[in-house]
Amino acid sequence: MPITTEKVKEFLQRAAEVLKENKEYLTELDSAIGDADHGINMDRGFQAIMAKFPTFEGKDAGTILKSAGMALVSTVGGAGGPLYGTAFMQAGIALQGKYEFTLEDLVKALEAALKGIMNIGKSKPGEKTMIDAISPAIEAMRKALANGSDPVRALEEATQAAEEGMKATIPMIAQKGRASYLGERSIGHQDPGATSSYLLFRTMLEVAKEQQG
Amino acid sequence: MKKLINKPEDVVKEELEGLALAYPELIKVHFDPNFIYRADAPVQGKVAVISGGGSGHEPMHGGFVGMGMLDAACPGQVFTSPTPDQMLEAAKTVHGGAGVLYIVKNYSGDIMNFEMAADMARAEGIRVLSVIIDDDVAVKDSLYTQGRRGVGTTVLAEKIVGAAAEKGYDLKRLAALCTKVNLNGRSMGMALTPCTVPMAGKPTFQLAEDEMEIGIGIHGEPGRERMKLKTADEITEMLALSIIEDPAYHRTHRVFDEDKGEWVDVELESTPFKPGDAVLAFVNSMGGTPLIELPIVYRKLHEICNKKGLKIVRNLIGPYITSLEMQGCSITLLRMDEEMIELWDAPVRTPGLRWKA
Repeated sequence: MPITTEKVKEFLQRAAEVLKENKEYLTELDSAIGDADHGINMDRGFQAIMAKFPTFEGKDAGTILKSAGMALVSTVGGAGGPLYGTAFMQAGIALQGKYEFTLEDLVKALEAALKGIMNIGKSKPGEKTMIDAISPAIEAMRKALANGSDPVRALEEATQAAEEGMKATIPMIAQKGRASYLGERSIGHQDPGATSSYLLFRTMLEVAKEQQG
Repeated sequence: MKKLINKPEDVVKEELEGLALAYPELIKVHFDPNFIYRADAPVQGKVAVISGGGSGHEPMHGGFVGMGMLDAACPGQVFTSPTPDQMLEAAKTVHGGAGVLYIVKNYSGDIMNFEMAADMARAEGIRVLSVIIDDDVAVKDSLYTQGRRGVGTTVLAEKIVGAAAEKGYDLKRLAALCTKVNLNGRSMGMALTPCTVPMAGKPTFQLAEDEMEIGIGIHGEPGRERMKLKTADEITEMLALSIIEDPAYHRTHRVFDEDKGEWVDVELESTPFKPGDAVLAFVNSMGGTPLIELPIVYRKLHEICNKKGLKIVRNLIGPYITSLEMQGCSITLLRMDEEMIELWDAPVRTPGLRWKA
């Protein structure tokens, strides 16, 4: 069954709710190894997407995601703005013109998003960043796709991999962003960016499940 | 949290409104997206110098907008990088046909947002070059970290580069000068107390009554060491020697190559200070430290520089790059040559720095 533009909109709406619910939590994680603003910034960004919601009417998935990405870039600030903004814009470019898309399209869009993040962040897996949640999640989706899984199953695998990747950031030494100044003192703390990325995968899964139910 | 504010979310907006009312002859403020710009912008034929960063470091950067310094400054939320649309709109508003130089402090968010803004401005036909400031010697390693943070040298670079732009330097020469300032500047800071971001409501870190943090960043990033409180002379000696004895520092910056039309990595080196060097000595308050304490630091710094054979040819003492209400100070030493001294002395007229004009 194809994924529809309606589901993309539902995802953005749910994500805004989830990030609002987790605003304090993300900010608290960030205060341990960063500058205590990740939750505040992500909430501001997704509220800006919500403000644009009326303009999404009748638009294709790619246009909606690009517009959401622009909203994030222009409101989040910090590192999260360019990173998530680029991710959404790149995913949008990959889904340009599509009102319905397949699991394979979604995997390609997420791959484009990850590539955008790695390029602008000059980062790679293992540096205690959002990449550590996103990269294994996409890998799991790719495998699920090859095994002929449906989107819900694939997103279950992805969400689990993202959660494991997020937890795997706890013992890592940060090498990017403000957390990197802590050096070994960054060990023992979960990366806030990896956490928000996990929350987005979990939200995708929840929205996909509703489609089935 | 005890602060002289109305609502935490309105702090930056209301600060900008106040600045616009206070200095109408020097600056104007644009809202949504937010930026402060020279009242007489655009200055035709002059390279426009733009900087920006998270708020909470006042007077940097907005207080340095005006004749002889910045053409525009883009303030983000407190301690959060501004966004590309601010930098793009600022560039479009103030560029006078000779290009734009972005002065960017080395924080991952600032770098990414300014890179996006530079690409967007170029797409609109505006020539843009960027120079990164990374002068905080508290960060030793550039391989496994974001690299040295941009701190005190930023203020000095904005003054010197702003004066050069006023004098008619073209964009490439101006970028080269800004890089030279960065490579010759070194800083280190310390904190006696933490600070509280208004939106967070709680201090960004904890320090016991008898503790201090040496090597702190301007957002409370951890430094080299947390230790028992010492005297001003001992603290000054720790900061000054860390700067003066800092070995050569290598790093890679991503800069835009106009000939190739793409971003390229360049290797840059800062060489250590040596006896006989002429320096500008900058003693800065982190915001909460009263001005009576800064000359005490300067007095000891002067003695150490003398002992080490460094000749202080200019100085700057005061709160210029702050960290909200944090108590503490930073020291910056900038190796000066004739060109830089002349540009330092040139007239400047901004809310935060003003002489000969």
